[in-house]
Amino acid sequence: MKAKLAALPMSYRLAVTSRVLAAVFGGYLVAALASVTLTLWLPLNRAEAVVTGMTVSFLVYLVAVLWCFACRSAWSAWVGLLVPSVILATVSGAARGLGLA
Amino acid sequence: MKEGFRQAMAWLHTWTGLIFGWLLFAIFLTGTLAYFKGETSHWMQPEIPARPLNAEASLTLAQTYLQQHAAGASRWLIDLPDARDPGLGVRWQPAPARPGERGQFISKTLDAQTGAEVQARESMGGEFFYRFHFQLQMPYPWGRWLSTIAAMVMFVALITGIITHKKIFKDFFTFRPRKGQRSWLDGHNAVGVLVLPFHLMITYSSLVIFMSMVMPASILASYGNNVRAFYDEVFPAANVPEPAGQPATLAPLAPLLRSASEQWSGGHVGRISVNNPGDANASVVMSRAGSDRVVNDAGSAVTFNGVSGQIIGTPSQQPMAMAVAGSFYGLHMGHFAGPVLRWLYFICGLAGTAMIGTGLVIWLGKRQLKHAKTGVMPFELRLVEVLNIASMAGLVAAVAVFFWANRLLPVSLVGRDDWEVNAFFITWGLSVVHALFRPGRRAWVEQLSLGAALFVAVPLLNGLTSPYHLGVTVPEGDWVLAGFDLTCLGSGLFLAWAARKMQRAGHTVSVKKTAREKARPITLEQGAN
Repeated sequence: MKAKLAALPMSYRLAVTSRVLAAVFGGYLVAALASVTLTLWLPLNRAEAVVTGMTVSFLVYLVAVLWCFACRSAWSAWVGLLVPSVILATVSGAARGLGLA
Repeated sequence: MKEGFRQAMAWLHTWTGLIFGWLLFAIFLTGTLAYFKGETSHWMQPEIPARPLNAEASLTLAQTYLQQHAAGASRWLIDLPDARDPGLGVRWQPAPARPGERGQFISKTLDAQTGAEVQARESMGGEFFYRFHFQLQMPYPWGRWLSTIAAMVMFVALITGIITHKKIFKDFFTFRPRKGQRSWLDGHNAVGVLVLPFHLMITYSSLVIFMSMVMPASILASYGNNVRAFYDEVFPAANVPEPAGQPATLAPLAPLLRSASEQWSGGHVGRISVNNPGDANASVVMSRAGSDRVVNDAGSAVTFNGVSGQIIGTPSQQPMAMAVAGSFYGLHMGHFAGPVLRWLYFICGLAGTAMIGTGLVIWLGKRQLKHAKTGVMPFELRLVEVLNIASMAGLVAAVAVFFWANRLLPVSLVGRDDWEVNAFFITWGLSVVHALFRPGRRAWVEQLSLGAALFVAVPLLNGLTSPYHLGVTVPEGDWVLAGFDLTCLGSGLFLAWAARKMQRAGHTVSVKKTAREKARPITLEQGAN
């Protein structure tokens, strides 16, 4: 793959870089938001909900990373992370609004 | 990345594995060695005598010692001896730690039978491997962050590896020896699949262990600025009364062992911590030995009033979420494992290390094939080759040097324990230099041979520098010390075999090249061996 890479166009390299950034930072964002949402919505006591949220977050991170490299383009990688981020942020915000947290 | 899903996953597997492979190899190898942390420490500090275990007597001795030497301390910690590590450890904190900081402790080791301070040689022992495998010799908290990031990358590499190998069970029963690159791939798949549950457990659990450090968003969302409250709820034993400022005599600690054990329906005490000893508000926290159960439970400690000896805090029922996280923690550490299971842990750890190592070799082997004709390797491949050699053969030799330094450095040397560690890193550094200046295969053979010679000679060195050689330990049935020597001997023999294989593979290539020019595809594959 390395020999091939030398002949690859700049746009390909930028796309790979973009996917890596999406996976590392976008993936972390989704994982963190998922842990917050779970924590706020789970009908458990505070500490338990926090531990559950943190434990599960790494699975979310994993799926997010896989998504970033499995999807068709670098743009869809970002979209596929930002849409769930917005949804998760809204849902956890709603929990605050309802006074669950 | 216009290819299909499986190709994309194979790509991800290849590159995550390459970039973090060297670091993960070191983490896995040292982590595997850490399963014998106590045994290694015992071998590296042979002055600490192994005594018949008697928790009550040892605890009384520790209390007497601390009352004489650390009467005004804010906290005492006592680690009872066990079958793996015979020292009676006492530590004390002269002044309370400032909030948010880690307290400074003075640490001594006592003879578990006489209570006398043991003047053991300064050495980190097995603790070095344990600490290195998650702190990477970096300042707090950077090493922990880097190792946890490496764990996440490992998790990704594992899952993408599983996705890539669609015929996972068929692959498992396929091993084609002496086929160069093929054999490496078969070996990689076999060690990967054979102990896959271990790989998944160890990787995921390492993330869970540091989750509150790397994924604190939910703590912040739920507790806001009062993060302390979260830790107090998760680790209830941390709630201790403030000192009253009035002197009072501390109750004898030994009788409390039985009361604690009753609370756990017969469990054993591992560590005792005494807060504000000699104060009217003294408290004694007895923590359960890790060897008792799989699930790590910080809330299982029993707290006593230090003056009256009354129980003031009993184990709370561990909530489900904490039990799940605690069982990941417990499974990762393997404190509960007896000798057989501990060896199984060790073997699984070695399999994980081998999986990472074979992966790195395959990456290079595949790409070397293309340049075998010209014999000139591009810079990036040569870089990978040097890093492969130093991170694997060099690291193993450095581990052996660490043990040699333990026996050869003068006991009176100032900062002796640091010099043991320095010897390890100097060797590792030199292995990079050596790999830079020697041709690839030569460097492999030479470094593996060095490791082999050093490891095979460890029992001999031990015999010459300590009274606990194999001629004494085997007849006495001291399997901790004998086991260490024999494991070193076995490791040395394995490394010698690997060095020989490496050398032979090199020979066949050159012989075949001159004999039969046309057989290039086969010789090339062996060249990648």
